[in-house]
Amino acid sequence: MISFKKNEKLEQASVLMETVAENMMRPISRYFDEHEHEIPWDYIQFMHTSQKAMGGAGSLTESAARKKEGPSISFQRLAITAEMLSWGDVGLWLCTPGGGLGAAAVNATGSEEQKARFLGRFQGDDPVFDAMALTEPHAGSAMPAEVRTTAVHDGDEWVLNGEKIFVTAGHKALVDTKGFVVIWATIDPEAGRAGVRPFVVEAGTPGCSVTKLEHKLGIHASDTASIVLQDCRIPFENILGSPEVTKKKTEKGFKGAMATFDATRPLVAASALGIARATLEMLKEMLAERGVEIRYGLPRSRMTNIEREIVDMEVMLHSTWLLTLKAMWLADERKPNTIEASMCKVKAGDVVVKITQRAVEIMGPLGYSREYLLEKWFRDAKINDLYEGTGQINRLIVARRILNYTRHELD
Amino acid sequence: MYGFEPSDEQRMLIDAVERYAANQLRIAGREADEAGEFPQELIEKGWELGVLQASVPEAYGGFGDHSAVTGVLAAEAMAWGDLSGTLAVMAPTSYVIPILLGGTEEQKTTLIPPVIEAEWKPFVAAYAEPEFDFYEGDMKTRAEEVKGKYLLNGQKMFVPFADKAEAFLAFAMLDGKMRAFNVPAQTPGLTVGEREPLLGLRALPTFKLTLEDVSLEKKALIGGEDEHNASQIAASSKVAIAAMAIGLSKGALDYALPYAKEREVWGVPIAQKQSIAFMLAEMAIEIESNRLLVWEAAWKLDEGDPDAARSAYLALSGAADTAMMVTDRAVQALGGHGYVREHPVEMWMRNGRGIPVMPGLAMV
Repeated sequence: MISFKKNEKLEQASVLMETVAENMMRPISRYFDEHEHEIPWDYIQFMHTSQKAMGGAGSLTESAARKKEGPSISFQRLAITAEMLSWGDVGLWLCTPGGGLGAAAVNATGSEEQKARFLGRFQGDDPVFDAMALTEPHAGSAMPAEVRTTAVHDGDEWVLNGEKIFVTAGHKALVDTKGFVVIWATIDPEAGRAGVRPFVVEAGTPGCSVTKLEHKLGIHASDTASIVLQDCRIPFENILGSPEVTKKKTEKGFKGAMATFDATRPLVAASALGIARATLEMLKEMLAERGVEIRYGLPRSRMTNIEREIVDMEVMLHSTWLLTLKAMWLADERKPNTIEASMCKVKAGDVVVKITQRAVEIMGPLGYSREYLLEKWFRDAKINDLYEGTGQINRLIVARRILNYTRHELD
Repeated sequence: MYGFEPSDEQRMLIDAVERYAANQLRIAGREADEAGEFPQELIEKGWELGVLQASVPEAYGGFGDHSAVTGVLAAEAMAWGDLSGTLAVMAPTSYVIPILLGGTEEQKTTLIPPVIEAEWKPFVAAYAEPEFDFYEGDMKTRAEEVKGKYLLNGQKMFVPFADKAEAFLAFAMLDGKMRAFNVPAQTPGLTVGEREPLLGLRALPTFKLTLEDVSLEKKALIGGEDEHNASQIAASSKVAIAAMAIGLSKGALDYALPYAKEREVWGVPIAQKQSIAFMLAEMAIEIESNRLLVWEAAWKLDEGDPDAARSAYLALSGAADTAMMVTDRAVQALGGHGYVREHPVEMWMRNGRGIPVMPGLAMV
């Protein structure tokens, strides 16, 4: 069945999140942009309390908690939530407790026992953060293949050593709350990709410390941490996926781990599109206040330049949103979505950058002024073309899939 | 609930259309482009698939309920084979669908069955006009009421099969609104011009049609005096053409992909170079995302959504840009060979450029 009808539960989620975005995010948006690394505790507490009340609905941990009930919509709800909260403020959205990328990795690759052990904490009394640590100082896009962080099996423990950078919410997960970070490390440096596994390192584990917070172009409300692991010992059971190294014959363990991205890439795409929609809506409002009306239905030869710009923006925004929804719908249907996940991520990264750049341009001096949020969204937008795989890495993934090439044939 | 997969019934129709597109249209496309037309029996075979008939209720000679979504799926699948051929097969849709959507009961029962019950017949719309800024909301062709009759004046272009058409559905402004009129071919005042030489669509014979004091009985006005929803008809045509733009684009990508894997540069296939591979990836991304825009617009039409007209407009805008981008890049992927008429990509690029001006040639 082809249908574009938003079901009632998704509609409810939209309405609720819109209220949050309007009342809890927009009013503090500029403040936390101007005060980088200050923690928005009021927002965090509010989100923790309300998500708890909803039983975790709308978070990445939801699908683990409620698998059997009816047709699954949890990934679609996740996309709608991410889009709406990023419409509010993407930096603050990244400060939403209750399950982020680390939880997504546990959800995608963990056993039932691990899901219960690591994801249960999101329902506790205090807000908890999680994070995913993949990038290292020497390599980003080449990850996880070029992981240098090591995990050595010692008795009933793993011993981790290495350095991770660009860990979103790493400080909140390890220092500010009792959360966890999913660390990608190799259990056999000789085995290449086949030896790489995700491990869960919980807050308070000796030998794991946050050493630096980045100062960035945008998303100032979100901390981006460096993490050093020095003889960091974690329980053997904290490995996600098989502890066996299968060498060249199969890379099952590695590929299983990569499944994480099938959920997180559309999630980032949805978030990017939230910023893009916020920008487009504000642009149209500002134009309308100044007497510029957008007429639909005309051939291009009868349109003004601004009308052409706006129509192009609407087309690129909405087509990408539908592709993102489809990627999440496939995930809910338990169908393969790797290509759609990368496709929507590529296009969402492009679209949000284009729309925010053009909005600043169209509004002239007003667009450039910090009195309005357009300039902030222009800065916030760019991260979406970078994290969860740059636009180029995701193009590579799409190209390999449509050409039926291995990574050896196309790199 | 959101859903992104055709129903089983739609899947069966798509499969049949895909076979026709691959085994007939795509193979015959180039020769037809050079010859200026498709063989009649090929058009008949496409007609026999029953795409239009499946969208017309039994009461009017068909065998199904109207569905723009089904129409869009079929149009997309057929245009993968050849755009001119698809527009030839689907030409009667531009006559039938406006009557089905906006006609009086009497018009539906008398005008539709003769078109769809038998073999393919040239009943077509006269929609576009020879103006650089043609806009359906502001047509130059006028209808006025004179002594209990309608008098039509104006000039149309891109009228397919006008030389042998049995009747036209002529679109004109009446009291500032776009309306459709049934005009039998022998009506005095109609002049069919010379066949139009076009950049693309060379296998689709199209003509100018001049209406000079064409006098019509009141019953010729589709929908009668009651206002009918002109924007729905315009939207139906936009999504039909948008769907074909997606099919055309997918067809071009599917040609460029294997070529890029075969053709070598410095000992490796060009597809193994990122400059080509990324180009192909972006083509695929545009097709997939804009396809959903078209599907959604069609779904809104079926739902009677008041936003359907705007959606259809945006869908055509996106699909037209997709078609131009993808067909241009398909030529680029083949390099100089893409410019040579031995390969179909130059033909698809010519066809792709025309998408924005094609509404009126088919409807869903």
